[in-house]
Amino acid sequence: MSVHPNLSHRGRLWFEALTGTSSGPGSSDNSGDGVRDGTAGSVRVADAALGSEQARFIAVVPDVHNRFPRARGGEVGLDEACALAVCVRDTIAGDRDGARRAIVAIVDVPSQAYGWREELLGIHLACAAAADAYASARLAGHPVIALLVGKAMSGAFLAHGYQANRILALDSPEVMAHAMGRQAAARVTRRTVAELQVLGEKIAPMAYDIRSFARLGLLHRLIEDVNADAPGQGDIARVRAELLGAIADARAGATDLAARLTSPAARQLRAASIEVRRRLAEQWDGA
Amino acid sequence: MNGDALRDYRRFLARASFVEMAARERARAILDAGSYRELLGPFDRIKSPWLPMQGIVAQADDGVVLARGTLDGHPALVAAIESGYQGGSIGEVSGAKIAGALELALDDCRRGRPIWPVLLLETGGVRLQEANLGLAAIAEIHAAIIALRRLVPVVGVIAGAVGCFGGMSMSAALCSRLIVTRQARLGMNGPEVIEQEAGVAEVDASDRAGIFRLIGGEQRHAAGLADDLLEDDAAAIAVAVRAAFARGSPPLERSAQVGRLAERLASADPQRPPAADSLRRRWNEGAPS
Repeated sequence: MSVHPNLSHRGRLWFEALTGTSSGPGSSDNSGDGVRDGTAGSVRVADAALGSEQARFIAVVPDVHNRFPRARGGEVGLDEACALAVCVRDTIAGDRDGARRAIVAIVDVPSQAYGWREELLGIHLACAAAADAYASARLAGHPVIALLVGKAMSGAFLAHGYQANRILALDSPEVMAHAMGRQAAARVTRRTVAELQVLGEKIAPMAYDIRSFARLGLLHRLIEDVNADAPGQGDIARVRAELLGAIADARAGATDLAARLTSPAARQLRAASIEVRRRLAEQWDGA
Repeated sequence: MNGDALRDYRRFLARASFVEMAARERARAILDAGSYRELLGPFDRIKSPWLPMQGIVAQADDGVVLARGTLDGHPALVAAIESGYQGGSIGEVSGAKIAGALELALDDCRRGRPIWPVLLLETGGVRLQEANLGLAAIAEIHAAIIALRRLVPVVGVIAGAVGCFGGMSMSAALCSRLIVTRQARLGMNGPEVIEQEAGVAEVDASDRAGIFRLIGGEQRHAAGLADDLLEDDAAAIAVAVRAAFARGSPPLERSAQVGRLAERLASADPQRPPAADSLRRRWNEGAPS
């Protein structure tokens, strides 16, 4: 099995920075680092104070010892998606009779796991279970915030983050959102990576960079001027403040995803999404 | 030919193939005769704003047919994806049509006017030419199914021949009841994409029979990942859709059965993964009928 040369440590870095847990780089000692008994070591969960709030932080991180070979690089595989569903559902159950904790999904996921074992065992259902859990938390009144610190790709993002009330992202070149990785998208659309780059500059939804994504109106905030790879105390404090702002905004707003269509950016680049809904409502009940 | 075989043969000849129907015909075939009313049809000309910028002709319905009508007299909504246009891919407009219709159905259900939603899924997933807006729309489709499902069953049909992939395979898994044929395929990652990403040793996309053993409708049904396995017969599928609504919502939706999912995965050894047929035996125990 080849070692992934470009494993991203952003997810773990920000998880540890925001929760005060630590494991040290490459540590296989899982004590006290947010790994739950009986769930995948690649999913980290911890509760930590956030201002006056208590929040549950969840991250998917690379695990070179993952029992599924296609999920060793931080991908959302079968075990990861299942663990996400379990820990989010635990949060809902734990708060059933009390204040709804905020849930913060720290997103640095290069893709869902591609493999035949994954298909056989129904990775589509596992990812759906994760998305279902996050959406159910949102509907139950938990402010669900996605914090993009690295890649937010495709089915992995759908399973981990895309059901959030509010999406935040660090303004960094390594923070990306897309439906498919660059190389694969180039092969599938029979274009070169360079051609895709040029198209992305012209056509915002095809771009990979987070600034283009922000133009689509899907982000609550793009957090600028933060050192994403080596955050200092000031950087961490800024991100905490942004998380608190997003949580307050989510608590004050609806539990659906309608906020994604209301920003000035969305009114420009998602004009068709808005127009479809407007015309559909007109025709809904007939003449 | 004996009597039974002759009767089967005649039934086979008399049946209308659902797989061969285009999306509009499929929606008509599902709804009560005479009840079909299309929403945002081709004459409304709401097209993809993104495809013409890439030199691709945009179709006037963006490949999704929405129709209101009735099922056994009960108000219903059918969203049918046209696989003949851009592989049934989900772009900004086609995705917004599905999400927007489900959101309006949710509003009606909340006002005490339940509408039965049916999704005819035939899609490769996100339309890569509209990448992030397709993915965003799929997240909104997921959100709408999950919210709507609490009030009324959401019924999905995968007939084939394209099947249902990518983020939309998650939509299928979120349905309260999933109907498939033997021609259906259901998977997160299409075989071609896996082969490209992980190599031919992982999946040989040209091995058609092997792919069907892995993700075909019969296998998915036998492993408890789909609820009804039907012949390619429009009338039979229309009956099964009605029966699904008559049955009502399951006690716990498939995608909310997290304990069962965790148990099943814990019992699977990736070093010695089960063969497709042994998975059927192991997973089908206790599956919903």
